[in-house]
Amino acid sequence: MSAFVPSPRLVRAALPALSLAALLVAIWFVQPRAISYFGFNLMLNLAMPIAFATIAQLCVITVNDLDLSIGAFVSFVACVGATWLNETPLLGAVVLLGAVAVYALIGALIHLRNLPSIVVTLGMSFFWLGCSVLLLPSPGGSVPAWLAALVKFRTPFVPFAILVSAALALIVHVGLMRSAWGAILRGAGGNPAAVARAGWSLLRTKVTMFALAGVFGVLSGLSLVGLTTSADANIAIRYTLLSIAGVILGGGEFVGGRVSPVGAVLGAMTLTLAGSLLSFLRISPDWQIGAQGAILIVVLALRALVNRLERRR
Amino acid sequence: MKIAKLLLASAALAGFLGASQAVADTSGKKIALSNNYAGNSWRQAMLKSWEKVTSKAVADKIVAAADAFTTAENQATEQAAQIQNLILQGYDAIVINAASPTALNGAVKEACDAGIVVVSFDGIVTEPCAWRIAVDFKKMGSDQLDYLAQRLPEGGNVLEIRGLAGVSVDEEIHAGIVAGVSKHPQFKIVGSVNGDWAQTVAQKAVAGILPSLPEIAAVVTQGGDGYGAAEAFKAAGRPTPIIIMGNRHDELTWWKEQKDKNGYETMSVSIAPGVSTLAFWVAQQILDGQDVPKDLVVPFLRIDQDNLEAALAATEPGGVANKEYTLEEAKAVIAGK
Repeated sequence: MSAFVPSPRLVRAALPALSLAALLVAIWFVQPRAISYFGFNLMLNLAMPIAFATIAQLCVITVNDLDLSIGAFVSFVACVGATWLNETPLLGAVVLLGAVAVYALIGALIHLRNLPSIVVTLGMSFFWLGCSVLLLPSPGGSVPAWLAALVKFRTPFVPFAILVSAALALIVHVGLMRSAWGAILRGAGGNPAAVARAGWSLLRTKVTMFALAGVFGVLSGLSLVGLTTSADANIAIRYTLLSIAGVILGGGEFVGGRVSPVGAVLGAMTLTLAGSLLSFLRISPDWQIGAQGAILIVVLALRALVNRLERRR
Repeated sequence: MKIAKLLLASAALAGFLGASQAVADTSGKKIALSNNYAGNSWRQAMLKSWEKVTSKAVADKIVAAADAFTTAENQATEQAAQIQNLILQGYDAIVINAASPTALNGAVKEACDAGIVVVSFDGIVTEPCAWRIAVDFKKMGSDQLDYLAQRLPEGGNVLEIRGLAGVSVDEEIHAGIVAGVSKHPQFKIVGSVNGDWAQTVAQKAVAGILPSLPEIAAVVTQGGDGYGAAEAFKAAGRPTPIIIMGNRHDELTWWKEQKDKNGYETMSVSIAPGVSTLAFWVAQQILDGQDVPKDLVVPFLRIDQDNLEAALAATEPGGVANKEYTLEEAKAVIAGK
């Protein structure tokens, strides 16, 4: 009997998947027709941009920083996608590349001047919002046809959003958790002194991770605007907190280096589906935010429990 | 064989004709309201009107259900997700007051593709497959100048109180006012402030600009700001100009007091929150198989000197003058009357 008790480490890794499964069972119970190809397509297609934003946030959290500008940045990318990328594709592409470069520069600035990332990225969030408003003073614009067609692509049997999320989780997992480079990148967040003493450039790791965050932010914005077909300067402001919650829900921690890409993608899906479940349950909107918070607290409490078990061993 | 086929065809035809005549059977249909914001008196009144009219329609078995859903944070992505959930819940029609005219288009299109009737009102969506119940905000602005031209044929200086900067409604009412001024060139806009559709903000803004202004003959407004303007003029010790009101209870109360005291005359204009009930009936009529034009214009609610008392009596303290639509009135709007 005792041989069957799983190790706390395994429980910890399985927690995001278990919370997602529990949520799916609940949805199946309340609204059986949602558990279908059509239903998953609808419920999860907005999970795709959130998953990208969550991975962007994960990159920053890996190096022990926090990005409070990701929501505004995704909005900015969406605005570019609905204006320049459609009218003058070359200019649009250049601006998006430039935006990634700005992200890399912020990483360098935070490292070189030893600035608190919260302050710098909070400032940047106003910068991105200002750019969005200048670009698109009132909601509108339209996306290039190829982008809208791409995100609405209907794959057979398994919805496109699930395939993309799975591929995203897998690629980032292999790159960050399994490769030698990934170990250095995580180490730069978990134990920067050791990594520096081993002769690796901390500046380079920080710039790499911030640039990656920028790349995933761009993917998030483009997939979002492809779904909505037009943009709004405030379209993704919520993503800042959603992405942080997704990383933490997926098993990441604020101490740097301790992250789980697979868990983060599952966390993003859990948060998206939690909204659907609460809406199916007809919980009054005044309570919905509270209920979302309660789900977070329950998962985190479970994790604290697992951590305690780990320590006891 | 042939005769049998013919008989079958005619029976099918008869059945088809019979079905198309037996209209008004929407008793099995479910309608949802997707609302993006509930944080002010206008939206509260809108939800209350919806509740009142639809619960009666459900009790009368006109529709099976009419549930209201409000998103918590006034965010387009959140409302898009909400609309997708409503599609899955099997509603036959979704009535939307949208957070953004464009950012919901993807979700709206998905609803249309799933065979769901989408009706947007107040905050409308631009997706062509949806119906739109729009307010002619431009006319709301130009009507104010038309009224002033009739009261003050020789014209004068006008102070304009605008709404929340950057919102399309503010732009449109302002454009209407500008058009009205060019139509009646005897009026001149000598100052313009943002009152944010709120009494206290308007009072502060007007008090700030008043010392720099010449004599003001009239104040044009956007609603919710008239009482604040009146208080600012009083505090500055300046004569009260003609202030256009916006149907709020405090504005109507002040107007009534002035009318009783010195025969003060003005007019009041705004959108009735009960426009949500018009949207409900429009959705019901579309489900009923009626031919409804995609773009409807809703008349705004105007209060004049003679119906002030009645309007004030019907308005709750802290509320907005309202009009709830009946099925017949909705049909008249659809017919373009």
